[in-house]
Amino acid sequence: MFSKLLIANRGEIACRVIKTARRLGITTVALYSDADRNALHVELADEAVHIGPAPARESYLQMNRVIQAAIDTGADAIHPGYGFLSENAGFARACEQAGIVFVGPPASAIDAMGSKSAAKQIMEQAGVPLVPGYHGDDQDPAVLKQAADAMGYPVLLKATAGGGGKGMRQVWSAAGFDEALAAAKRESSASFGDDTMLVEKYLTKPRHVEVQVFCDNHGSGVYLAERDCSVQRRHQKVIEEAPAPGMTAALRREMGDTAVQAARAINYSGAGTVEFLLDEDGSFYFMEMNTRLQVEHPVTEMITGQDLVEWQLRVASDEALPLQQDQIRLQGHAFEARIYAEDAAHDFLPATGTLAFLQPPEESANVRVDTGVRQGDEISVYYDPMVAKLIVWDESRERALQRLTGALSEYRIGGTVTNVDFLYNLATSAPFRAAELDTGFIERHSELIFHESEQDLASGLPLAAFALLLHRQQQGRPTSCMDPYTPWASHNAWRLNEAHTQRLNVSCHGREFAVSADWLGDAYRLRVDGQETVIKGRLDGDTLSFEAAGHRQRATLAATGEDFVLYLSSGAISFSELRPDTGEADSSGSARGLTAPMNGTVVNLLVAPGTAVEANQALLVMEAMKMEHSIRAPAAGTVEAFYFQPGELVAGGAELVDFTVEDCQE
Amino acid sequence: MSVLRTRINPRDEAFLANRENMQRQVDDLKAKVAQIHQGGGAKARERHTARGKLLPRERLNALLDPGAPFLELSQLAAYEVYDSPVPGAGIITGIGRVAGQECMIFVNDATVKGGTYYPLTVKKQGRAQTIAQENHLPCLYLVDSGGAFLPLQDEVFPDREHFGHAFYNQARMSAMGIPQIAAVLGSCTAGGAYVPAMADESIIVKNQGTIFLGGPPLVKAATGEVVSAEELGGADVHCRTSGVTDYYANNDHHALQLMRNAVGRLNRVKPVSMDIREPVEPAYPVDDIYGVIPADTKQPFDVREVIARVVDGSEFDEFKALYGETLVCGFARIHGYPVGIVANNGILFGESAVKGAHFVELCAQRKTPLVFLQNITGFMVGKQYEAGGIARHGAKMVHAVACADVPKFTVIIGGSFGAGNYAMCGRAYDPRFLFMWPNARISVMGGEQAAGVLATVKQDQLAREGVEMSAEEIAALKKPVLEQYEHQGHPYYASARLWDDGVIDPADTRMVLGLAISASLNAPVPESKFGVFRM
Repeated sequence: MFSKLLIANRGEIACRVIKTARRLGITTVALYSDADRNALHVELADEAVHIGPAPARESYLQMNRVIQAAIDTGADAIHPGYGFLSENAGFARACEQAGIVFVGPPASAIDAMGSKSAAKQIMEQAGVPLVPGYHGDDQDPAVLKQAADAMGYPVLLKATAGGGGKGMRQVWSAAGFDEALAAAKRESSASFGDDTMLVEKYLTKPRHVEVQVFCDNHGSGVYLAERDCSVQRRHQKVIEEAPAPGMTAALRREMGDTAVQAARAINYSGAGTVEFLLDEDGSFYFMEMNTRLQVEHPVTEMITGQDLVEWQLRVASDEALPLQQDQIRLQGHAFEARIYAEDAAHDFLPATGTLAFLQPPEESANVRVDTGVRQGDEISVYYDPMVAKLIVWDESRERALQRLTGALSEYRIGGTVTNVDFLYNLATSAPFRAAELDTGFIERHSELIFHESEQDLASGLPLAAFALLLHRQQQGRPTSCMDPYTPWASHNAWRLNEAHTQRLNVSCHGREFAVSADWLGDAYRLRVDGQETVIKGRLDGDTLSFEAAGHRQRATLAATGEDFVLYLSSGAISFSELRPDTGEADSSGSARGLTAPMNGTVVNLLVAPGTAVEANQALLVMEAMKMEHSIRAPAAGTVEAFYFQPGELVAGGAELVDFTVEDCQE
Repeated sequence: MSVLRTRINPRDEAFLANRENMQRQVDDLKAKVAQIHQGGGAKARERHTARGKLLPRERLNALLDPGAPFLELSQLAAYEVYDSPVPGAGIITGIGRVAGQECMIFVNDATVKGGTYYPLTVKKQGRAQTIAQENHLPCLYLVDSGGAFLPLQDEVFPDREHFGHAFYNQARMSAMGIPQIAAVLGSCTAGGAYVPAMADESIIVKNQGTIFLGGPPLVKAATGEVVSAEELGGADVHCRTSGVTDYYANNDHHALQLMRNAVGRLNRVKPVSMDIREPVEPAYPVDDIYGVIPADTKQPFDVREVIARVVDGSEFDEFKALYGETLVCGFARIHGYPVGIVANNGILFGESAVKGAHFVELCAQRKTPLVFLQNITGFMVGKQYEAGGIARHGAKMVHAVACADVPKFTVIIGGSFGAGNYAMCGRAYDPRFLFMWPNARISVMGGEQAAGVLATVKQDQLAREGVEMSAEEIAALKKPVLEQYEHQGHPYYASARLWDDGVIDPADTRMVLGLAISASLNAPVPESKFGVFRM
């Protein structure tokens, strides 16, 4: 085993690797960029080496510096984590040349899987099933149809030159083939000036099921069951689970054997993942192989009781696989939910911010939190906005799911928008509970997941208002211990000879609502958005117990400042309290609105200092999260100076422009 | 402790009739209060809000802790007193919790006659200051007032208890360590200017609050100088130049937030040293009280039925239950606070008065707050009783009540007539708070008795002239007296003139007392010192 391991990564995976290395008595070396000087992985490691400026291409992706750091610190191995240099064959080779062990497969295996088309050819030769298709030059319609008939309907016609859905047709039966082909060809000619077609089997509800494989340097290979990663948005996994729901022992063995076969075909070593599309009928097709440890490896660890990083380190130091295939036992069910700083409701727009408040659920045998950040850390523009991976385990899928929703509802993150409520809504949706998974899940069930229909609003709003009402009451100062039962501490807005009414304002789903609540002696009558609801209940800590329309329920209220999420068994409701305007933000005459909306880079200054501008005229452009934002004049006035030049990085909230509002009186 | 047993039958016809009668009176009270809470009416409110100002009750609610109770005082002040209505006398006063502290809050209602001070505005503000002073409650003034109502200046300005006394009170309270904080949310003219100036800390809203001794019209008249209100006494003047105010607020909400912050910095702890228990609701429904109180005021009722619906767990340890039975005395708890209860169950005899004096002394010795449930037609009269020294015995109770320095709370639940009012801690005996039920009546004697006395005197006079009065003549003679007593003895009449601190729904008695007792504990309970009892 190695004595010193350098981790060429950051964030949660660096922390994850350090944990195992520590347990095995291996000294660890972390790398850090300017942005990560105080990061958790740096704190956890025994040693840390500065690697460059914040952008990854100038730091974590600088192979030579990484290797030099390993040489300088005397590390005998490098763990690349995932992402960054983990699937870079050149880096694997460079390690080898420097005499340092790369914890991963041989460079040749990385190369072999690096090109998707080449990989498919290798797999085809190795007898690994690919999505059936016809890619031939013979474009005779009869030949194409014959191919389609052979692979079975439905099929997909695609223009080889195509893209963006042009020249693409789904064909559901032999009868419709000719017409669809003609149409696709016409469209393809018109769009690309080429009507060459390929025919592929069309999988209507494919699942993304991947097999974890492990090979050692002594010719042994095993599979550690599979993971279902079907639930994706924009091709990014959202919630992964193991084992795959509905998986039979026979299919597992078949897929596992195929995956090991695939790995063997490229003389694999270490941890790898073979991704398959699994069709409804149980047939599966090779997609690609990831030659590294996957983000979602913890679900496999949870059901196998194995530490895959330990396996990686053992294999890399030439040890034999810790277990043989027949020794690998599966127990229970595990989920992983990826918690991101992102705005799920706005097309998953990545977010940044300082984690002003961070309280993960308590970890236990059933709940595991893999994270690389602490309270006070920043989610910056430079790296993946992942906050943590929440992993849960229990004896059955149903119980594990219960753990997942429970733990999600306990997660408290303040300072940035996150996808926790989205994950909760996803996990509590009926089709997810029923494990009706496929890669189109989120798109198809978006209404169920986002709870944004009028009906959801109508049922959720009174509860949100009720929770807020009780929360506000809870916020008062604690009553003196000398006067613990004073009626002055009562919270139902008692008034002499008039109704006990409280008013508050809530924003929910981007709309604002005025709420009034009348105390009826043992319940509140809430009036909001034209409806009246009587609710009775109480808030103990963050547990809301309530009864409405004869239905008694319990929910969890997550409060971070003025933002709230109420986790009900049927889904989460996000809302905010609108506090009265105290006019403090109003500073007419100064630079209102002339601050950076989020961390980013100034791209362009559009006017010269000293220029008089009209209201709403664009003054400068900045780029943040791969989007451009124009900063506009809040009123007619003069740009006195810009505080930043193009190319400079600015922090969210920073003043950008010295601006003087034109005085109307003069 | 022993639990009171109820003897009422909620299906009894009389009970139902009583309940209906009381319900009617409570409904009437609430309707009147609702009307008063509209302030100066729709137009005035519109004009007020059009200036970006919050209405007085919105200001109040924004100032209070979320969901906190508000014990409003003198809601009916000035009700049907002046030629035109002055709802609530143009000011809201009451106790509410702000930043965890029980505070006395004053809110001028500029929609009522521009928030000017009528004689009863002065009296209502003064009463609230007295309560604040006696109970050590920080005073929060939300000022929006045009100053004295000039047509009645003679009843507003010169006397001891008039306008000037408010600033005297501010100074004295500040000296006692009772914080005085003002927010200027509108005009604050002439004498009113001293409210923020006399305050420990003051806040003013920009482009809205103004403070000056003489407004622009007066300045112009006096010196010919033309100046705008804002230039003369706006927030910028007072925060930047004059130093009259300490905090600059952007708007009402901001000013109220600044005031909450100010209260949060007071560094005060409520000095409760009392044996407190966890409160228990009464064993019987509180609104049964409606059915307990006879519609006919001449009908007696057992006051224990009321006590059972006010005290914790309906538990009541009665003192000398078998002696002087027309006065019920005993120990109980209200919202967990120990109290001694003194309640009428008939006319006061010598024995009842002596028992009362003994019990009051007992509570004073133990620093136990006293609650008087007043329903008294007076002391017993007649040769036998005068000879037995009823005046001497009555004096003992009056003396004990006057000198007992524990917090005292009086609720007039029926009649309040004659010297009985004194012995039962009427207004003149400085209870910390005094409330009336809508069915109560207060006068020097009952209307019947007064009319009877008058008729007897007249009859005697005529008899000396040998003239006999007919029954009709007697009735005609009595009628205006009866009407006068009914009108002037009515709780609305009393409350309009600040003879009490408010008319309350009997079902709220427990809550009102709980809040009042708790508020009173902000001041330490002193030792009582008694004078010479006439033995």
